Formats: sequence, C-alpha cells, structure tokens
Amino acid sequence: MIAILDYGSGNLRSAERAFAITGKEVVVTSDPTVALEAEGLVVPGVGAFAACMNGLNSVHGAAIVQERLAKERPTLGICVGMQIMFSHGTEHSDTAPHTGVGVWDGIVSQLGAPILPHMGWNTVEVGSDSVLFKGIEGESFYFVHSFAAKNAVGKMQAWSTHGERFLAAVEDGYMSATQFHPEKSGAAGLALIKNWVWSL
Amino acid sequence: MTLSVRIIPCLDVTDGRVVKGVNFTDLVDAGDPVEMAAVYNTEGADELTFLDISASVAGRETTLDVVRRTAEQVFIPLTVGGGIRSVEDVDRLLRAGADKVSINTSALERPQLIAEIADRFGSQVLVLSVDARRARTESGFEVTTHGGRRSAGVDALAWVEQACAFGVGEILLNSMDADGTRAGYDIGMITAVRAVSKVPLIASGGAGSLEDFSAALDAGADALLAASVFHFGVHRIRDVKSYLGKHNYPVRAAAVG
Repeated sequence: MIAILDYGSGNLRSAERAFAITGKEVVVTSDPTVALEAEGLVVPGVGAFAACMNGLNSVHGAAIVQERLAKERPTLGICVGMQIMFSHGTEHSDTAPHTGVGVWDGIVSQLGAPILPHMGWNTVEVGSDSVLFKGIEGESFYFVHSFAAKNAVGKMQAWSTHGERFLAAVEDGYMSATQFHPEKSGAAGLALIKNWVWSL
Repeated sequence: MTLSVRIIPCLDVTDGRVVKGVNFTDLVDAGDPVEMAAVYNTEGADELTFLDISASVAGRETTLDVVRRTAEQVFIPLTVGGGIRSVEDVDRLLRAGADKVSINTSALERPQLIAEIADRFGSQVLVLSVDARRARTESGFEVTTHGGRRSAGVDALAWVEQACAFGVGEILLNSMDADGTRAGYDIGMITAVRAVSKVPLIASGGAGSLEDFSAALDAGADALLAASVFHFGVHRIRDVKSYLGKHNYPVRAAAVG
C-alpha cells in the first residue's frame, strides 16, 4: 500500500490517481501510523518551506520520515516535499534559514533566474544507475518552484537548469525525491511513478 | 536543459460544456470538456485551462465535477478560472484537482485577495488574468471587465505591477482587442507587460497563423494560450509545436503513452 501524506491543502487528487494507476492500493492520510507502516510513503508539498514544515510537524511527519529511513522503508518527496528533506531553507527568511527534516545536509535557496517561478517543462541530466528515470532519461518533466537545492547529495543526482543548475531529483537508498511534479508530467511522469512503485 | 515554451488550450466551460465565443458574444458549443482535455493532452498540450463562465451556482458545481473528472484522467497541469472570489473558492478547486486558479475581477475589486490566496497556498497556484485593451491611459493599455465591454478605470501596467507586489505567480494577458480575431497576439502589449513583470507571462487573444505564436514568444511571452484555433482545428497543437521546434524555440515533444 502507498500512503500519500496529507498535511495541508493543495491538489492531492492528481497524486492519488497517478499512483493508483500502478495498480497499488493508495491512501491519502494524515494518520502517522498508516504513514509509518505503508510500503511506500509519498511526501508532497506546495507553498513555502516553513509553512510546509509546520504542516509536516503537525502530523509528526519529520519523525515519520526519519523512522521510516531507520526501518528501511522507502519514501518519495515531491517538490517542496523534496526541499524540506534538506537541513535548511531560506524561503521567507530574513535572518537564519528555516530548519528542515535534515535527511540531507544543504540549503534550499532561491534560483538565480530573471523569471520566477521556474514554471513549465524542462529536461533533466540524469546520473548513472538511476532507478526512477530508467527508460525515460531524455523526457521533460513539469516544474513549479522558485527555490531549489544546488549541492549534490545522495547516491544519484539528476540536474536541471533555470538561471542556474539545481538538483531536479535525488536517489539515496530508501529516500528519493523529485523537484518536479511526476504526477503532473504526463506519460513520462507516470513512468517515473511506476519505476518508483515497482522498486518498493 | 532549457525550459520549454508552453502551449495551452483554453476551454471556456459553462454548465459542463465547452463554448468559445468570438469576442465573448457569439457562443458556439464545441464539446465535452473532459474529452477535449484528454484529446489535447494526447496532442501535446503542456497545460490546460478551464474558464468557467457559468452564471449560476449550479453551473459552478458542475464545473467542480468537470475538474474532478479531468484530474482523474489527465496528468498535466490544470488551471481553472472564473467566479473565484475567496480563499474558500480556491480551496474547493484545488481539492477537486486543479493545480492553479486564475482570478480577474475579484482581484480588481479587492487586491488583498491576491495576498490572501498566495499566503495560504503559495504564489505558484495563482494566475492573474488581465483583460486589457488599448486606451488613452498612462501606458496606453487599460484593464477591462465584463468580457472587455467595460473599462475598469485602471491602467494595465500599473495593475500588473501592483498584483505582482501582492504575490501573483503568473500573468495571463488577454488582449480584448485581438480576442477572437485570429489577427495575431497584441505584440506591443506583451512587450510592455513583460518589461514590468518578473513572473511567467502567458499571452492570450488573437492567435491565428503559426507565425503569430513565434511573434508572441519573441515579444517575451513564456507561454501561449489559444482557444478557437485549436477547438475548430485551424491548427493542431502538434503543428504549432512542430513549427516552433523547426524555428529553434524549445518545445516539449509529447511522450508516447
């Protein structure tokens, strides 16, 4: 069973349907036990870094993610759900950066680009031995964000560019994440979702 | 790794059916929105936009159902506009499966609504739809309401700047002079709005020839919205993308599947 963590507002219906296409049972839940026990956990995220962390903490999400990692259970972060896996984020922060879940060390900061948000379809440069991108290395994916991580973390990195190079996806053992929205990336996105689900 | 230009078909929806009028006055029924959304997805549309022009509460409920059914079948971004007056209206649409909402008149009446929506859901969900026409205002462009029939008494560039400060994530610029004419996008208007905004800009109104699409990109548009040329088969989306690709504009090839 795949659990999609519901910790605030936004469009979770598309994610629910996209993951259900794989044939797996999918539940949208804010129940910490369900999220902890699920075969795969999806952490979506829209809005600002700190607001997302507040929402995540309201359902004990950070602790769930860390405990799942310790128990070797796969988790997939999407968009801001990827960003908050880093240790720090500077969005809407005038002084010290906000604190994230901290699966990875690094700062999520604003992209240096003339037009923001980075909104639309972009290609990615995929590292070798990727599980998520198997068979779809040359495809485009749908991005909507103004902030991103720019330092390499994890075992496999995929990169994209908008004004500057940033991390489009990471695979790191039981933790994977995409800065783009696979559930909004058409056939390529559905293929990526299947790759993740079938790797569980 | 270059961001592709986006081609966005717009479906005007009332009471669960697609319509498109020439200058919004002569409405012609053009089909079922869910089916059309699926077809446009297959054709390579990069996003979809529904504009709900229903006048009634029942019509708006029907639109929510259309959004739900579309989001269950079509996995590309969906923007919904029309009749959004509150944060609660946005919440309902996002929960039904919309990814973005566009607001127009309600933001003119109460600009604070932009900040309220952006604070709650993030700027990225919010498209400011600007119905503008040429006029003797400071910039030469003014905002209109009621489908372009009335002046809002606001300069278009001043409004765009104000709305960006309030936190819109994107601008949908509709030329009310060009809308439905198929005589080309209003290039001067796109250039002027591009110069005062740093968020993505969607050009709308007037698409006719293939050259019209590239001209709008040259003027600074990030995305191109069109309705009737797609609905009535003047151009297919893949023909527009093929034309743009041949002329070295970055376009996304539609994935097979």
